[in-house]
Amino acid sequence: MALPVAFFAVFFAYPVTAIVGRGLRTDDGWQLGRLGDVLGRPDVLDVLWFTTWQALASTALTLLVALPGAYVLARFDFPGKGLLRAVVTVPFVLPTVVVGTAFLAVLGRGGLLDELWGVRLDTTVWAILLAHVFFNYAVVVRTVGGLWAQLDPRQEEAARVLGASRLGAWRRVTLPALAPAVAAAALMVFLFTYTSFGIVQILGGPAYRTLEAEIYRQTAQLLDLPTAAVLTLVQFAAVGAILAVHARTVRRREAELALVDAAGTARRPRGAGQWALLGTVLATIVLLLLLPLGVLVERSFDGGLGYYRALQDAGAGGGTFLVPPVEAIGNSLEYALAATVLALLIGGLAAAALTLPPSRLRSGGGTRTPAAGRLVRGFDALLMLPLGVSAVTVGFGFLITLDEPPLDLRSSWILVPLAQALVGVPFVVRTVLPVLRAVDARLREAAAVLGASPWRVWREVDLPMVGRALLVAAGFAFAVSLGEFGATVFIARPDDPTLPVAVARLLGRPGELNYGQAMALSTILMVVCAVALLLLERVRVDRSGEL
Amino acid sequence: MSTTRKIAVGTLAAALGVSTLTACGTDSGKDAGAGGTASKTVTLVSHDSFNASPAVLKEFTRQTGLTVKVLKSGDAGEAVNKAVLTKGAPQGDVFFGVDNTLLSRALDNGIFEPYEAKGLDRIPEAVQLDKGEHRVTPVDTGEICVNYDKKYFADRKLVPPQTFDDLAKPAYKDLLVVENPERSSPGLGFLLGTAARYGDEGWQDYWKKLKANGVKVVDSWELAYNQEFSGSAGGRKAKGDRPLVVSYASSPPVEVLYAEPQPAEAPTGVSTGTCFQQTEFAGLLTGAKNPDGGKALIDFLIGRKFQEDMPLQMFVNPVAEDAQLPELFTKHGAEVDRPYTVAPAKIAEKRDQWIQTWSSLVLK
Repeated sequence: MALPVAFFAVFFAYPVTAIVGRGLRTDDGWQLGRLGDVLGRPDVLDVLWFTTWQALASTALTLLVALPGAYVLARFDFPGKGLLRAVVTVPFVLPTVVVGTAFLAVLGRGGLLDELWGVRLDTTVWAILLAHVFFNYAVVVRTVGGLWAQLDPRQEEAARVLGASRLGAWRRVTLPALAPAVAAAALMVFLFTYTSFGIVQILGGPAYRTLEAEIYRQTAQLLDLPTAAVLTLVQFAAVGAILAVHARTVRRREAELALVDAAGTARRPRGAGQWALLGTVLATIVLLLLLPLGVLVERSFDGGLGYYRALQDAGAGGGTFLVPPVEAIGNSLEYALAATVLALLIGGLAAAALTLPPSRLRSGGGTRTPAAGRLVRGFDALLMLPLGVSAVTVGFGFLITLDEPPLDLRSSWILVPLAQALVGVPFVVRTVLPVLRAVDARLREAAAVLGASPWRVWREVDLPMVGRALLVAAGFAFAVSLGEFGATVFIARPDDPTLPVAVARLLGRPGELNYGQAMALSTILMVVCAVALLLLERVRVDRSGEL
Repeated sequence: MSTTRKIAVGTLAAALGVSTLTACGTDSGKDAGAGGTASKTVTLVSHDSFNASPAVLKEFTRQTGLTVKVLKSGDAGEAVNKAVLTKGAPQGDVFFGVDNTLLSRALDNGIFEPYEAKGLDRIPEAVQLDKGEHRVTPVDTGEICVNYDKKYFADRKLVPPQTFDDLAKPAYKDLLVVENPERSSPGLGFLLGTAARYGDEGWQDYWKKLKANGVKVVDSWELAYNQEFSGSAGGRKAKGDRPLVVSYASSPPVEVLYAEPQPAEAPTGVSTGTCFQQTEFAGLLTGAKNPDGGKALIDFLIGRKFQEDMPLQMFVNPVAEDAQLPELFTKHGAEVDRPYTVAPAKIAEKRDQWIQTWSSLVLK
């Protein structure tokens, strides 16, 4: 527990406090009166209102669209399933710049819908909502699906044998078991859409602004630190409230589940109904996820292979890069790898600490106190906070705090993986924790009684069970870092751009070749992500050694 | 805060240990933080659009023995604001890329040390906006102007607009796309251009006319130019339907440079009566670790070698009178005789108010 706490103290709490302090502290101490001033402004209230309702709508829509997908990918067995699972995750890691461009090509002027039916959705809320579903589909499929695949179908069958209707069995057996995962997924989607920035900027036009976009505007463009600080605190409070509610739901619902190996639970679809469901889900995936991606790929090949060839010149983009853009791929992979290891280490330790039986968390006196329970819960929430705190705030916080030895990291390459790990850790925790908590404590007790050390218990009992969840988490952390654009962008670094940054730079320059190269690089980014995720799909951690 | 420090050191050790493990076997030529002796490198902090040919940067190393490390720090406004935030503990030695719209903010916050560059006599006094103190040195100029799609106007036998007045005429209804001045520097330049042309009050009436004439506002130059504008390569692909866009005087040569095959004539032209001049400056950061190297770098930035490299790297004009423009620019670029300007102090004083007024006028 010490390492994760220290990590968060140094790379999260300290920078964020510093930047907020710049805005709210004068020589006469904290100026909390500014809170009221800012919150009374009508433009700020507009921003708050829009942020909240679009996030709620996006979350509802995402759950509606993605839950059938989660079921299909968890319970049905069909050729190409692994590929499909990797494919649905790709959108999640694409830089918002690319997604915005792709969506404009579908929804915007002269886009597909425009040509087919004369429908244009750009600069409407619908474009924003659809793009949010596009991004977060994977969150639901992987978080919920990961657990769904491991639920023992025999429980539901037993309920049926005992006379429950199909719906009843599902409602009484499966749903309660899934609830924590669904809640976790919904929470994540809500957090992402609540703090949405790039998508809103590109697709919403000037009319819509989220809190995150407003914080960016106040800090980076207007240098109005007091207002930015107040908005950061508001976002903090909102996220804190969401997390508190979430923690309560999860605690109420937490059941010990009998988890089985995922490989055994999937079956080929049977009967017209199941085939129809599979068909519907596939159609949704094609229309919503593959179509925008397809448009990107199509545009990248407009010049034959010319755009791809151009990527290998150091002079590409008219000297936008001192290195060939292709090298950005290597940079991105290195950063992502480092960030993944960091996130797994910190997140894994944190999740383990959170599942320790309360008696192990001796709060001095050696007996369990309510304080210890509160401590654990507080820690749990703390780990989630980076998801909800604006990347802008963290980036600027880094800038003004990490500027003296031993922490003079501002221009160091490690800063990028650190910032990315900060966002990756919550994923790891959220993915691993439900599974860890679902492990029957009696197994651990039995092992302990038989003389195993806590470390050995964890290795022999927990690790095999959570191995898959860890892999999924690693995939998420890796993918998040690969496409992470927010925090990375705010960190000045020597000229070794990551893929998303390279894409943004190319898009920011005029000329056909630059535009084409941006599309080509986006396509490469997609493929790299898909391959990385596909490899993870192939790895199985059970001992039967099947691949 | 000693406990924080202790924790920090512990965490850092752990983090670095981990990252070293992961970096094993990868040939990472990355600078591990504040490594390297200060006297051997000089760090240039700039915005994302900064570019220079590797050969030219090597030339600097040959002359001085110093290696240039470039830190790109976001868009122009963001980069300046970061320099203000890190005042006294700067991220590098020299800052390049503060333009006349942001100059006052930088100077008022005192982020630059005075330094009179060698070779300043080759630079017109008109662009030396801090002549008295030399806290900043002008490096390049560029014009923000309306670009037009030649083919669109030729097909309709319509004369392209040339002035701000023209843009508000019924003949050009629903043709212009501009950027939001709040979020985009060309957008701000265009707004300032109208303020210079019509005066403190008159610009509002002008924008009312533009709005009535169907001006479209988008957030970024990328969207305006590569999606909405019918004359650019990206816009043609996206089936952009606006033949007029706010961009730069140097955009037409760029359209030629990056087209395959290169056309004999640029597909776009410049409405030369709609231009606002931007000048970019460099300055020595207060608290620089390598001030002598920083001074040498500023000298180099206005030296002929770098000045002649800039046009095709950043699509801007050199300020030095002895620097030759590349043929691409002389052939396809536009001569802007009288670009509009606004004094930096006035921009600092009025900008936020103008932008707010503009927003309520145009976006509501």
